[in-house]
Amino acid sequence: MSAARGSSRGRAAARLLRRRLIQAVPLLLGVVVINFVLIQLAPGSFLDLMTAENQVSDPATIELLRKTYGLEDPVWMQLLKYIWALLHLNFGFSYRQNMPVMQAIWINLPATLLLMVSSIVLAFAVGVAAGVVASVKVRTFWDTLVSIAAMFFFAAPSFWLGIMMIVLFAVKLGWMPVGGMETIGGAGGGIASVLDILHHLIMPTLALGLFYAATYARVMRSSMLEVAQADFVRTARAKGLSRTKVTLSHVLRNALLPVVTILGVQMGTVLAGSVVIESVFSWPGVGSLLFDSVSSRNYPVVLGIMVLGSLVVIAANIAVDLVYMWLDPRIEIR
Amino acid sequence: MERFAFLGRFARNRGALVGAILLLGVALMALLAPLFYPTDPLRIVAQPELWPGDDTAYPLGTDSLGRDMLAMLVHGARATLLIGLFASAVATVIGVGVGAIAGYFGGWVDEISMRTSELFQTIPNLIFVLTIVVILGSTLHNIVIAIGIVSWTPIARLTRAEFLALRDREFVQACRSMGMGDFGIILREILPNALPPVIVLSSLVVAGAILFESAVSFLGLGDPNVASWGRLVGDGRELIRSSWYICAIPGVAIMVTVLCLNLVGDGLNDALNPKLRDR
Repeated sequence: MSAARGSSRGRAAARLLRRRLIQAVPLLLGVVVINFVLIQLAPGSFLDLMTAENQVSDPATIELLRKTYGLEDPVWMQLLKYIWALLHLNFGFSYRQNMPVMQAIWINLPATLLLMVSSIVLAFAVGVAAGVVASVKVRTFWDTLVSIAAMFFFAAPSFWLGIMMIVLFAVKLGWMPVGGMETIGGAGGGIASVLDILHHLIMPTLALGLFYAATYARVMRSSMLEVAQADFVRTARAKGLSRTKVTLSHVLRNALLPVVTILGVQMGTVLAGSVVIESVFSWPGVGSLLFDSVSSRNYPVVLGIMVLGSLVVIAANIAVDLVYMWLDPRIEIR
Repeated sequence: MERFAFLGRFARNRGALVGAILLLGVALMALLAPLFYPTDPLRIVAQPELWPGDDTAYPLGTDSLGRDMLAMLVHGARATLLIGLFASAVATVIGVGVGAIAGYFGGWVDEISMRTSELFQTIPNLIFVLTIVVILGSTLHNIVIAIGIVSWTPIARLTRAEFLALRDREFVQACRSMGMGDFGIILREILPNALPPVIVLSSLVVAGAILFESAVSFLGLGDPNVASWGRLVGDGRELIRSSWYICAIPGVAIMVTVLCLNLVGDGLNDALNPKLRDR
């Protein structure tokens, strides 16, 4: 019985995955077209700007660029060629890093993913816990405290929060490193290195994650209060289950659904937020690369990050849908 | 009478009232900036890095170049609020337009509109803003448009939902049977009824837009001729060891303003939906 049910859910998950992957195609195509339009909108010739900003003067290289971007072709042909190149993961060449754009992004990706994942985990854990406390102790001191903290972190710009943390915990108290991902000169390898990276990760994670923790706490609180009034909760209480058991196993699980939804929608925002946080903490990730590329008008890298960033968001959203399905088996996602 | 009841419900929410009063103060400060500080706020007036309170002529101190922090803060309020308001207006116009058409016509129009809004939710918002600003240039109106472009999707979804709920009501059917055109019905009949919750959401979009603008300016990509609060935080970054107040003060200003906007938005929401008030 339970095995059959498990396999049918597995099949449903596979179906969902297939549908989502098919839906992702037009989405990605849209991102690419937007990119292309932006290139066309750039004042002056895209090529002139790019070569000037990157100090390329070799005529052979310029000719090569002209060919790669097919600048003599009609616009629709250029778009097709652009899509063709992207299909082969060819985002062009970055003269600043002297390597293909794809490789430059790839090198910086792990640091950003680490920061994103740790911030989301923090935001989810803190937000859900705070929301549960506030809803269980509704209209008490704890509820007010959670509300006030959530309001504060919901309004504070993340980069400012980061700088203030650096002032307090790194400059004044000396507990935390000012920035970077590792102690210069190394921490001695092995576990010491891992701990060293974790030590560097604390403040960026807090600066990026607390805004989302505030969001989740607010949503979780009202969602818990709403679910607590549902009929099935009253039934569970009437069955004689204790209040704690009902709260944890019935209310919590169902109240998580809106939080998970928001988490999926906000995935792109988290990635974008890491751009600013990486700049504040000199975190060597995609955000730092983007900032550097933006400042030096290194368009191929900027556009490459936009496409890959969208890809990360789409993947994360699919993951969230699967989690959603696991949390609420009643839901058959379109 | 109805209007007073609304104001009464709004004022009963203490947070919203405090937010509205503080916000009024910030707006007044922005409006009267040229009166208090008629000269260029970016003018060097005293020795650099005067701490707040060191000199009563400069109550918030001076920055790394010796410019008056208070003068810059007051003028920054103008820039920050204007960018926030205009960006929110751009987002509202796009969002209401797309949402109204999607909700009213339904079918494939709705499908295309909603897929488009999904597309704009997929692209990481700040990265999109930075890309637009970098490619089109760091001018004030490019920044406003870029923030509007990444902020319209929630407004479109809400407007669509309102239109879906209203389009088959009796008064709309009456208009249709009288031979009123689709766009007449959209603009003159449904839109006024759909607008209140949309306006509340726009006020929250102003808060988001201010945060966007501050991040763009903080990264040094704002309009070089405008000293918004985000840029002031960015300018003070190098001096956090000696004079951290240069970063702290404009950041507090951003936070208080955004906080007040959120409080007012929540208050308006509660006042519009009295049923939800006692949650």
